[in-house]
Amino acid sequence: MTDTGIGAAVRRKEDHRFLTGRGTYTDDINRPGQTYAHILRSPHAHARIKSIDVSAAAKASGVVAVFTGADMAADGVGGLPCGWQIHSKDGSPMAEPAHPPLVTDKVCHVGDQVAVIIAESRTQAKDAAEKINVDYEELPAVIDMTAAIKDGSPLTHDDVAANICYDWHLGEKEPVDEGFAKAKHVAKIDIVNNRLIANAIEPRVAIGDYDPSSGEYTLYTTSQNPHVIRLLMGAFVLQIPEHKLRVVAPDVGGGFGSKIYHYAEEAILTWAAGKVKRPIKWTAERSESFISDCHGRDHVTHAELALDGDGKFLALRVSTLANMGAYLSTFAPCIPTYLHGTLLAGVYTTPAIYVEVKAVFTNTVPVDAYRGAGRPEASYLLERLVDRAAREMGLDPADIRRKNFIPADAFPYQTPVALQYDSGDYTATFDAAIKIADVDGFAARKAAAGKAGKLRGLGYSTYVEACGIAPSAVAGALGARAGLYESAEVRVHPTGSVTVFAGSHSHGQGHETTFAQLVSDSLGIPFENVDVVHGDTGKVQFGMGTYGSRSLAVGGEAIMKALGKVIDKATKIAAHVLETSEADIEFKDGQFTVAGTDKSMAFGDVALTAYVPHNFPHETLEPGLDESAFYDPANFTFPAGCHICEVEVDPETGVVEVIDFTAVDDVGRVINPMIVEGQVQGGVAQGIGQALLEECVYDESGQLVTGSYMDYTMPRASNLPNITVANETTLCAHNSLGVKGCGEVGAIGSPPAVINAVVDALSDFGVTDIAMPATPEKVWRAIQSAQAAG
Amino acid sequence: MPTVSMKVNGVDVSGDVEARTLLVQFLRETLDMTGTHVGCDTSQCGACCVLMNGDSVKSCSVLAVQAEGAEITTIEGLANGDELHPMQDAFRQNHGLQCGFCTPGMVISAIDLVSKNPKPTEKEVREWLEGNLCRCTGYHNIVKAIQAGAQAMGG
Repeated sequence: MTDTGIGAAVRRKEDHRFLTGRGTYTDDINRPGQTYAHILRSPHAHARIKSIDVSAAAKASGVVAVFTGADMAADGVGGLPCGWQIHSKDGSPMAEPAHPPLVTDKVCHVGDQVAVIIAESRTQAKDAAEKINVDYEELPAVIDMTAAIKDGSPLTHDDVAANICYDWHLGEKEPVDEGFAKAKHVAKIDIVNNRLIANAIEPRVAIGDYDPSSGEYTLYTTSQNPHVIRLLMGAFVLQIPEHKLRVVAPDVGGGFGSKIYHYAEEAILTWAAGKVKRPIKWTAERSESFISDCHGRDHVTHAELALDGDGKFLALRVSTLANMGAYLSTFAPCIPTYLHGTLLAGVYTTPAIYVEVKAVFTNTVPVDAYRGAGRPEASYLLERLVDRAAREMGLDPADIRRKNFIPADAFPYQTPVALQYDSGDYTATFDAAIKIADVDGFAARKAAAGKAGKLRGLGYSTYVEACGIAPSAVAGALGARAGLYESAEVRVHPTGSVTVFAGSHSHGQGHETTFAQLVSDSLGIPFENVDVVHGDTGKVQFGMGTYGSRSLAVGGEAIMKALGKVIDKATKIAAHVLETSEADIEFKDGQFTVAGTDKSMAFGDVALTAYVPHNFPHETLEPGLDESAFYDPANFTFPAGCHICEVEVDPETGVVEVIDFTAVDDVGRVINPMIVEGQVQGGVAQGIGQALLEECVYDESGQLVTGSYMDYTMPRASNLPNITVANETTLCAHNSLGVKGCGEVGAIGSPPAVINAVVDALSDFGVTDIAMPATPEKVWRAIQSAQAAG
Repeated sequence: MPTVSMKVNGVDVSGDVEARTLLVQFLRETLDMTGTHVGCDTSQCGACCVLMNGDSVKSCSVLAVQAEGAEITTIEGLANGDELHPMQDAFRQNHGLQCGFCTPGMVISAIDLVSKNPKPTEKEVREWLEGNLCRCTGYHNIVKAIQAGAQAMGG
């Protein structure tokens, strides 16, 4: 290993610009002649628009234009498309209500887009919005999912019966029923996976620009996948062909899923820029982000686990309601199905599993992927249920897990819910975590805490997840309307330096560093000689973007494939110059050597020769050294691991303090351990946030109660412990690097570990359940009611 | 429109602003100094922290006219040429940043902390960061970076 190659904790290339204020985030970009947009949003959860009068706003100071949904519809603008189609049990396709960028006749959630005001300044646009008169006829709103599917409930969309988007299932019912019939014990649980808001610290921003001389549109946007936005917006919404539409996602200040989707504002700004023939910028205020960024999670689940007398799992039955919000966001339908139902085997040998998911429309902000996306919901219900079964049967929660792990020699392992895990060693991550967390010393620590009046608890979570969100064939069979591969170009310059054009998008993950490590390692050239370009459809050939922990396992593999082509071509050139056959050339440490001789050429000399091909046989050898590749993997990757959380509860106040958190994850080969550790710590912080602090709350009328950082509890430094991270590695069996992905493991593994620890701490009082987030009030009430019950 | 004058990173600047213009708007929009960021509208996130006469303030909660005559230091004013300020370097060495959006506010806030408490304990750092939100790092490496930065600054 070199000090900048694979496995080295290289300090990040991108940090210097971020630390000196020289990053270029979308709001830092200003175009000549730029105007500013303000979006008028619905104050109602559900209302018919009887009329909109924009005449006073249009005449207000500084106003350039005001547009409504009628203007966009008259121009033939389409609705925002959904990228995934799920079919119900009966084979019927999901309900897919229209999703106009600006509404035409009805608003369906607080924050729905009603009009756009474009003015010379931000404040003028905002001031003018107050002069728009919208005559709303309020309609009954439906907020609660359970109520939404009952007969007689108000309908979010008139053409969607019972508010049901789809009624999906996976697995075979009969073997599950048989498993339950022979069970010695059945554990049951009802849980809510709380609705969350991603809250990347950079709010969403869009700048639309139009060049009348070329007919080209440019959209600058805070996106995790600019090429996908170009495809969706160009082909489905605005009918702009790719060569006339450039989408740039420059430095992006965090995404966590919320910046994957094609949002209405992107289409509104791009379309309106063509109308007013001037650039237009829109910057979300945080309170606007709360009511317009997609939310995450929001599942209500009943699950039952059948066990034999020894605690072996026989069958699992799961029934989930998943909130879609008011419209289908880009990926929404696949989250509770193919990223949740398929993960319900977890790390266990449960032979029979049946899962049903009803997706439900409500008058709330659309719900889509948030870090982990479906997999945290699966791991949470499974790990809570396993702990409950252990407790009810008087088994140790560690023993029951060990007893049911898929053994290390059973891979590839086919689960009953469609996935085939390629590699893993769940006992290894479990043992390592138990050692690092010093589980043996827990009893003594609990006793000491007890003397200090505190309740100490320890919770486990053993999880597996599916990453990469590929291959295309599988995703397509599961309802994806796009291919899910990745693309990369490796451009070797004449002096031997390299630019990588990556289809993945970095919004904090450090791709510029990790990808440069891959190149430096493969070509034997200095790390400093490699730059990575991403986030611009005008520069990068194509890309499916970054989500589902796919950047390294899919995007990195595309780079490796392109590097392979570069080495092949360079070998040909070296063989030509060294007057030997390709078969006799060996490439190592940046040198092409004729085997068994001292005749060799450095990589840089080969690069120069490629661009100065004075004596190339042009019929067999092209000049230049620039290769691209598309990589479509054979399978998902399956990171897995064990998280152990230790908490102390103050019984007087209900305050939960996380004392220690240990995460031992198998993310496959680690390219940069510093970055992997940071990714896991960040994910764990979001998981602890979900477990103890965060909850998106609507009131009955559909007003968002938690609509600011003063109301929605973001984890702060003082809420979190130090997070111990370690790796136990099995290599991915189907990619060249052996990598699996590390972006989401923290958020997937941690919430059940935290809640299992809280329940463990409260178990002496007879408490068996606590809902997320386990706020002081909930914990205190649980203690009080358990004591009252006696 | 009132005219406002101040010293930003050692340079005298002035500009005409609406009375309601915030200091962060003056920095970002009038001076085109975009290193200082806006992450919220309730003065919770701290991405907009700058030093005003040596103390960190949230520049989204200060009117530009309130900074009349003040000495302002932003993230752009910390490095000495290519040489990072010890606190900036500590963030880089300790991977105290991921997306970089909260980072300017974190670094400014950390420098203010160290000026008042040269050897902060881990608990003191965590409590000091009450007004700075980060969604990427889980704070673990930010806390480490600030303690390392404090040491490098001579604490």
